[in-house]
Amino acid sequence: MVSLGHYLVLSGLLFAIGAAGVFMRKNLITLLLSVEIMLNAVNLAFVAFGREFGTVDGQIITFFVMTVAAAEAAVGLALVIGLFRHRESLNPEAFTSLKW
Amino acid sequence: MGSRVLALIPLLPFAGFLVNATLGRRLPKAVSGGIACGLMVVSFFVAVMQVWTLAGMPPESRQISQTLFTWITAGDFSLDLALRLDALSAVMILVVTGIGSLIHIYSTSYMHEETDPDYARFFSYLNLFCFFMLMLVLGSNVLVMFVGWEGVGLCSYLLIGFYYLKQSASDAANKAFIVNRVGDFAFILGALLMVTTFGSLDFTTVALAAKEMPVEATFGTISLITLLMFIGATGKSAQIPLYTWLPDAMEGPTPVSALIHAATMVTAGVYMIGRNAVLFEHAPMTLGIVAVVGTATALFAGTIGLVQNDIKRVLAYSTVSQLGYMFLAMGVGAFGAGIFHLYTHAFFKALLFLGSGAVIHALHGEQDIRHMGGLKKHLPITYWTFMIGSLAIAGVPLLSGFFSKDEILFETFAGGHQLLWIVGALTSLLTATYMFRLVHLTFHGEERFGGAHGHDSHVVPAHATHAAPAHPTHSTHGTHLHDAPAPMAFALIVLALGSVLAGYIGVPPALGGHNALGTWLEPAFQATNCGAPVTTGPLAGLAVENCLPGEEPGGEHENAGLELGLMIVSSLIAFAGIGLAWFLWIKNREIPGRLAAQFPGVHQTLLNKYYVDEAYDATIVQPIKLVSQEGLWRGFDVKVVDGAVNGAGYLVSGVSIVLRLVQNGSVKTYAASTFLGAVAILAYYLWR
Repeated sequence: MVSLGHYLVLSGLLFAIGAAGVFMRKNLITLLLSVEIMLNAVNLAFVAFGREFGTVDGQIITFFVMTVAAAEAAVGLALVIGLFRHRESLNPEAFTSLKW
Repeated sequence: MGSRVLALIPLLPFAGFLVNATLGRRLPKAVSGGIACGLMVVSFFVAVMQVWTLAGMPPESRQISQTLFTWITAGDFSLDLALRLDALSAVMILVVTGIGSLIHIYSTSYMHEETDPDYARFFSYLNLFCFFMLMLVLGSNVLVMFVGWEGVGLCSYLLIGFYYLKQSASDAANKAFIVNRVGDFAFILGALLMVTTFGSLDFTTVALAAKEMPVEATFGTISLITLLMFIGATGKSAQIPLYTWLPDAMEGPTPVSALIHAATMVTAGVYMIGRNAVLFEHAPMTLGIVAVVGTATALFAGTIGLVQNDIKRVLAYSTVSQLGYMFLAMGVGAFGAGIFHLYTHAFFKALLFLGSGAVIHALHGEQDIRHMGGLKKHLPITYWTFMIGSLAIAGVPLLSGFFSKDEILFETFAGGHQLLWIVGALTSLLTATYMFRLVHLTFHGEERFGGAHGHDSHVVPAHATHAAPAHPTHSTHGTHLHDAPAPMAFALIVLALGSVLAGYIGVPPALGGHNALGTWLEPAFQATNCGAPVTTGPLAGLAVENCLPGEEPGGEHENAGLELGLMIVSSLIAFAGIGLAWFLWIKNREIPGRLAAQFPGVHQTLLNKYYVDEAYDATIVQPIKLVSQEGLWRGFDVKVVDGAVNGAGYLVSGVSIVLRLVQNGSVKTYAASTFLGAVAILAYYLWR
């Protein structure tokens, strides 16, 4: 029997992997992928809670998150393409001119 | 008794002001001057008709009032914009509209060399002045009076600074305005204290309330109110210590000096005391101060007048001196005598100013009497009218000044103020002397205006404004002198007649008269309330039973001998003064110079007006400038105010230097801080 705890540990691990990817990788596309992993870690936690409490709320909110994630991926990739055309680079450290 | 036309008296000049102020630039001189004069004359006739109606009423209920609207209502305090004509304001409106009309007529000619817009501007100011002056004298409560009081101050400022491109004129205007503010401030305080004490500002209500109170033996509330109001009067009426603006005010055009700074506005303080006579009578200490200040001013200004060389300044100091006489009368409780002198003074001083204006006009701006002389044969009308005015002011028997001045001196003596009487008599000697010095130096002796005048160093540049350009030939010797043109001559002759005859309405019983003016004015100084019952304030309802007739002003008959004796003395003094002037400035012309050389200290002190301006400059103006510059400007403003404002800026930018390190443009840093923030908030909720 897979308990709620297992799901949450898995979710936490996935979230940590995603967060680590966001902070450590130096490629914008990888960053976007890492963000997707974090979102899906949260989705997993929602679904697990929904199953535990016998409601559909967790699944409903997961659909919302997936929709938003899809939109975010579309916008994010468009931005990445735009940025690449600008600087010929995908390293986030190349894009620091937006400051005081 | 109510009236619907009373408001017309001030509103007609106001209409003239509106027309000339808005359309005047485009109107030819004949139209703008004609409107101004015409409306003043109509106003005079309305005033005469109203006073005629007033005279037909029984003496103890002589009042005509008109309430225009309720001005202020606050709690149980209410104040109407109301006008009230009584015996006292009747005298004033006749003086203001009558002499005002004459001076308007005179000005049409005197100001003729101005451009059309300036001409219209002059008449709009003059009309506005008359409006405010009439509001001042007709106002039924202190606030309406104060509106007029401030308004005439404004017009005085505008007219002194009429030639505003001239530095000295604009300085003099500022001085007049600022010095008057000092007095006005005290006046406001007095009015506020009056509201808190009596709950009303209406003159009648306050007088009735004051009548119920005991006469203050010590310095109490009424004394304070009256003293504050008297300080206001010292500003407006040029008494010690606030008189210094009046001689400088002579920078204005001469008709202005005649109207505002001799006949009407400067007498507002005297009128104000007469208006509040009951209040002042309940404050004997203030009355004492009024009498002493008035006498001191009379003597002080008279001595300065003796050595001044500017024709208008001599007259200005003479005005200050005569105003001192009026305050002396008010101070010894002889309110009727004070108003009588106000009224006769308006005639002869306006006449003298207008006469000096005619001289200045003829000499194209020359005002220094050392450059005049021998004008008698060139300017006969001016000479004879000026002579009548001088005789009247000197107190020569049977002219108007004689009656009014003698009444003041008699009342002073009879009231037991012998010392004040001596000073007053001495002043009257001075008056006769400096006036005839002026006459002799201006009209008699040899002609000194030929070569000496022009634009050399002798001519004060201040007078160049209506001088030279229009008359390029003026320096040719004397031959082009023209006497006063018709409108000016008309005003001079009418005023000269007034100066002779005006005194006959106040002939004292000692000379077989009835002192008609004194009897006429008597009820105005009592608090009777037959005309209009009190409707507001704490005394509402207190009305008709107070309708006592004034005390019979007849108890002076036993003093007839004393009065006659004093009259002879003062007539002798007047003749002595005239004789002295003749002796010094006609017979032995070298004596004044020798005296001046022998007592250079005295002469210089008088010539420099006792250095009062210098003293004020050193004790008041310079410290204020110093405190303003070093303390308020460089200290408070620069250091504290600017410091606070700039400090706020520096603080923000200083903190920003640190804070802006956070915004480094790196997405990862932002993501990290967001992440850490979320973790921190989570941690707080988990472990709290």
